[in-house]
Amino acid sequence: MPDRQNILFKTLADPTRRALFERLCRDGEQTVVALTALAGVSQPAVSKHLAVLKAAGLVVDRPEGRLTHYSARRSALAPLVDWTSRMAGFWESRFDKLENLLARMDQ
Amino acid sequence: MSTSDIRTVVVEREIAHPPEKLWRALTRPHLIAEWLMANDFLPDVGHRFQLRGEWGGVLDCEVLEVEPGETLSYTWNHASADAAFNLESVVTFTLTPVGKGTLLRMEQTGFRPEQKQAFGGARMGWQQFFGKLEQLLERLD
Repeated sequence: MPDRQNILFKTLADPTRRALFERLCRDGEQTVVALTALAGVSQPAVSKHLAVLKAAGLVVDRPEGRLTHYSARRSALAPLVDWTSRMAGFWESRFDKLENLLARMDQ
Repeated sequence: MSTSDIRTVVVEREIAHPPEKLWRALTRPHLIAEWLMANDFLPDVGHRFQLRGEWGGVLDCEVLEVEPGETLSYTWNHASADAAFNLESVVTFTLTPVGKGTLLRMEQTGFRPEQKQAFGGARMGWQQFFGKLEQLLERLD
């Protein structure tokens, strides 16, 4: 298995890290403080998990003053997700756009 | 290459517009650009064109079949230095009139031998994880 996939698997194998990543995917950018509030572990522990997620390319951070905002990089998951599921999702979203276009077109 | 390396995706949708109109959206470059990607498509068998994604990716395509109002097929290939992202596939759109609308069927058949190699061992133990991951992705967007 290529190194990058190994790293992704190892990183997301931890339930706390996976929950943090899912939360960032779902709710968008968050600070460590906001993430800690719901993580059920200490802030240093959350920071440590975020560092691991960042090293794996799964999250990016954006410092702003004293706060650091984290957001998910969903594209990092690409090597893990089954091709057929990904393409089906791609086409479904494109068909949405197509219907939208058709509604705007003249007969 | 064995048949198990071949993967097919089928997406069908009933669209409340007639086939002729849908055909225009599938074959006119400025309309294709609005729902799919920027392109230099022409509805001529053998025509080679590119689809350019917003993410900077480029797909190399060649028109394989054109049956106006019924069938459109082209190759959908993506060359990548990273073998895991290499893709050779064929996309076929089939239009079937249904009442005043159209049943649009998209079938994409492709193979990625590297993916099989990369995931063969991992799949078994990680099935549950993939399931979760897919559920997560489904909830997004």
